[in-house]
Amino acid sequence: MKLEIIVLLKQVPDTRNVSEALMTAEGLVNRNALPAIVNPQDLFALSEALSLKSRYPGSVVRLLTMGPPSAADVLREGLWRGADSAVLLSDRALGGADTLATSYALALAIRKMGMPDFIFCGHQSLDGDTAHVGPQVAEFLGVDQVTNCKGVSLLDQDKKELYAVQKRHAKQAMLSVAPPALVAFSGSSSWNDTYNAHALLTYKHAATKREQAMHPVLTPAQFESRPYLTIEQWDANDIGAEGHRIGLQGSPTRVVHTEAVSFTPKGGEQLTDSDADIAHLVDALTALNHG
Amino acid sequence: MANHFTDNPALQFELQHPLLERIASLKEQDFSLADAEPEAPFSLADAKDSYARVLATMGAITATTMKANAEGVDIEGPSLDEGRVHYAQGTKHNLLRLQQAGLYGMILPRQYGGLNIPLTVYTMCAEMIGSADPSFCNIWSLQDCAQAIYEFGTEEQKATLLSRVAKGETLSMDLTEPDAGSDLQAAMLRATYDADNDCWRLNGVKRFITNGDANIHLVLARSEEGTTDARGLSLFIYDANDGGVDVRRIEHKLGVHGSPTCELVYNNARATLCGDRKMGLIKYVMSLMNCARLGIAAQSVGLQQAALEEAKNYAAERKQFGKTIAELAPVYQMLGNMQARLDASRTLLYETARYVDLYKALEATSRWRKLEPEERKELKTAARLADCLTPLAKLMNAEFAIQSCYDGLQVHGGSGFMMEYPIQRLMRDARVTNIYEGTSQMQVVAALRYVTNGTYTALHSEWSNKAVAPELLPLQAKATAMGTAYETALAHVKATEDVEYLDFCARALVEMAALTLMAHLLLYNATQNYSLFEHSVQAFILLAESETMRHHTAILSSSPSTLNAYRPSKI
Repeated sequence: MKLEIIVLLKQVPDTRNVSEALMTAEGLVNRNALPAIVNPQDLFALSEALSLKSRYPGSVVRLLTMGPPSAADVLREGLWRGADSAVLLSDRALGGADTLATSYALALAIRKMGMPDFIFCGHQSLDGDTAHVGPQVAEFLGVDQVTNCKGVSLLDQDKKELYAVQKRHAKQAMLSVAPPALVAFSGSSSWNDTYNAHALLTYKHAATKREQAMHPVLTPAQFESRPYLTIEQWDANDIGAEGHRIGLQGSPTRVVHTEAVSFTPKGGEQLTDSDADIAHLVDALTALNHG
Repeated sequence: MANHFTDNPALQFELQHPLLERIASLKEQDFSLADAEPEAPFSLADAKDSYARVLATMGAITATTMKANAEGVDIEGPSLDEGRVHYAQGTKHNLLRLQQAGLYGMILPRQYGGLNIPLTVYTMCAEMIGSADPSFCNIWSLQDCAQAIYEFGTEEQKATLLSRVAKGETLSMDLTEPDAGSDLQAAMLRATYDADNDCWRLNGVKRFITNGDANIHLVLARSEEGTTDARGLSLFIYDANDGGVDVRRIEHKLGVHGSPTCELVYNNARATLCGDRKMGLIKYVMSLMNCARLGIAAQSVGLQQAALEEAKNYAAERKQFGKTIAELAPVYQMLGNMQARLDASRTLLYETARYVDLYKALEATSRWRKLEPEERKELKTAARLADCLTPLAKLMNAEFAIQSCYDGLQVHGGSGFMMEYPIQRLMRDARVTNIYEGTSQMQVVAALRYVTNGTYTALHSEWSNKAVAPELLPLQAKATAMGTAYETALAHVKATEDVEYLDFCARALVEMAALTLMAHLLLYNATQNYSLFEHSVQAFILLAESETMRHHTAILSSSPSTLNAYRPSKI
C-alpha cells in the first residue's frame, strides 16, 4: 500500500515575536524586517504526511507552494524534512491574489501534478489567518475535506482510508476520510520539528532552474545529471490559468480599511494557592466546561 | 530556537581546524563520491557545510527536546519487565526523534546507510547530547560499537547488522563480569562452538552492562577452554532477535538514571564470532574501549558546558548584598575556572578526536588504494598520537567535569542542594565519568607508557616552538616552564629506577603532562581567535601552572621510602 500525498506550504513572515520596532507608523507589520518561515500549521501537515510515508514505504510526498521566487526556500525546507519533490508556482500575474484566486491557482497546479490520494495543508496561515485556502482548494477540486484536524492515521489499507481527529472546541470528532480528500491541520499527533540528516544532505542544493543558473557549488551539467535536485517552477500559463481568475484581477476581496487594535484586559481575578481559591477555580472551570 | 551548535562559538571553532580538512578529503576520497552517492559533498567547502548542517540538526534536538526530557528521564528511569528493559518515556522520545532525524550510524559509510561523517563531527554530537542528557549520551554513543563490526566483522555481518544500526537500533558492549571489572582478562563468560548449527553458544553472566537490553551486543567471552588470561578471549556478536539473553536486574545508580545498567544472564545464546579467535581483548576490545573513552571525554565536556550554563544563569539572577552574586569575586572566580576547564577539555577532546579520525580514515583508505609512503608515516604518527592522547582526554575531562559540576552546585548555594535545580542531576551524572570505560587510575596506567618513553616531552617541546600571538608570549613561557617542571619531576622519578615509586607518582606525572599540553592547545586556540579564548587561556594557565607546581613539589619532596607511609599495613 502506497500513499500519494501533496502538501501545500506557504512562506510567511514570522509574526510570532513582533516587537514595536517592527511595526510601521501605520500600525502594519514591516514584513521585510521579519524572517521568512514555513507557515507553522503547514509543518503539522508535513509532519503527518512524512509520518505516513515512514509507516508505508514507497509512499510519496510532494510539495507545492505559490509565492515569489524566494518561496523556493520553504520547499527546500520541506525536502530536508523528507519530502520527495517540490513545485514552485511563481508568476507576477499571480501576485496580489486573495484566498479565492490563490485556491484556484493551487487547484490547477495540483491537477497538473496529478491528483494524489490526499492533499494536506495547514488549517490557517500565520499572516492571513483566514482558514479559507484549504476548503476552497477542496471545492475547486471537488473533493472531500476535513478542517481543523489534529492528527491522522491509516484506517483501512485497502481503501486507503484515513482516520482523522477533528478539533471541535473542547471536544473532538473521529472521522474516516476516503481518498481523494483534503485535510487541513491545526495540530499534529506525529509532530516532528527537525530535518532528516540524509534528506538534508541529499537535497541541500535543490534549486529551481533560475537558481541553478547562478548556483555557487554545482554546474548546470551536474544539475542535469541529478534530476531530483530540480525544484519545478511553473507560471500561470503552465497551469492553464484564466487571466481574469488569478492575481489582483481574480480577487474579489478588497481591503477597505485597516486599524491598529490593541487589546487591554477587561477584568479577571487573581487567585492564590489557598484551598478556597483552588476550589473556586475548579468550580469556575467546571461550569465553563458544562456551559 | 535554542541550538547547542549554532549558539556555541567554541564548538563551531573546532569545526574550522585545518586537520579536519585532511580528514574530510580522505573520507570523501578527494570528493570523488558525489557522482555515485547523492549525499556526498562536491568539495571541501561543501563537506564542511554539510557537517555544520548535521551539527545544527543535532543541536536543535539536544537544546530543545532532549534537554526538556532530561529531568523526567532522571526521575522515571528505565524499568524491567520479564527480563526486558523499558526505557523512560523521555528516552523513548529522544530515540524516536534521532531516528526521524537520521542521526544514527553517523560514522558508517553510506553503503550501510550511514552518514560517513568524520569521527570528530560525531564527537561534537556526543558533546551536545552529553550536555542535554548525559544518560542518553550513553545509549546513543554505543553506536560506535558498529565501527568494530565494520572494521573486524565479516561481509555478512556488516550487511545484516550495520544498516540496522543506521536506522536506530541500539548496541551494547558486554565486557565486565562480577569478577572482571578493570581486570577484563579475568572474564569467564563461556563461548562454545555448536557444530550442528554452525554457531557459537554463550553461557554465563555479565554485570554493569550499559544499555544491556540492546538490539545488538558485542560480547567478550572465553572461547578457549582451560585458559585464564587474555589469550583465551574472543569477541562475539549476539543479535537480540535470536533470544537467549535476559536482563536479571537493572542497577540502582547515583546518576545517569536514564541509561539502564544491567546484569545479563546468557543462556545458550546463539552468537557469531567477530574477527579472529583469541584476539577479543588484545585487539578488538582495546579498539572499542578507545572509542568509548573518547565518548566519555566528550560527554564530560558536555557536562561541563551544562554545569557552566546552569551556574551562570543562577549567578546572574540571584541577588545578595545588593547585587547579583555573579559580581562577587568568590563566585566569578568559580565561574571563570569552570569556563577555563571547559575550554581546555574541549580543545584536548578535539585534538584527540582528530588524530583518531585521521588514522581511521587512512586505514579505511588503505582498503581501497595503496597508501603512499608519506601517508603510511602519517598513519603511524596519527595512531600513536591518538593512543597517547585518548587516556589524557578521558582522565582530565572526566575529572574536570566532576570538579565543575561540584563548583556549579556550589555557585547555587543552598538551592544547589535542593532537587529542584538541574545542577544536582548534573553532579550525580558527572560522578561516574571517571569510573566507567576505565577508571582514572586505569587511564594513568594507559598513559604512563608515553610518560616514560618521552612522547609527552616531545609533544611539549614541539608545541613550545610554535608561534603564538605576541600578546600570548608570556603565557606561552609559563606553559614551557610547566613542561620543564614535568621533565624535572620525571627525571627525579626515573633516577630512582623504582617501578613502584613510578606507579606512585604516575597520576601526578600524567596530570602534569596533560595540563601542559592543554595549556599549549588553548594558546593555539587563542592565537587563532583571541577574543573567544582570551579569558579562558589566562585563567587556565594560572590554574594549570599552580597544579603543575604542586605536583612538582610533591614529587621532588618524595622518594621511594615515602611509600612506606602509605603501604596497606600502615593504613
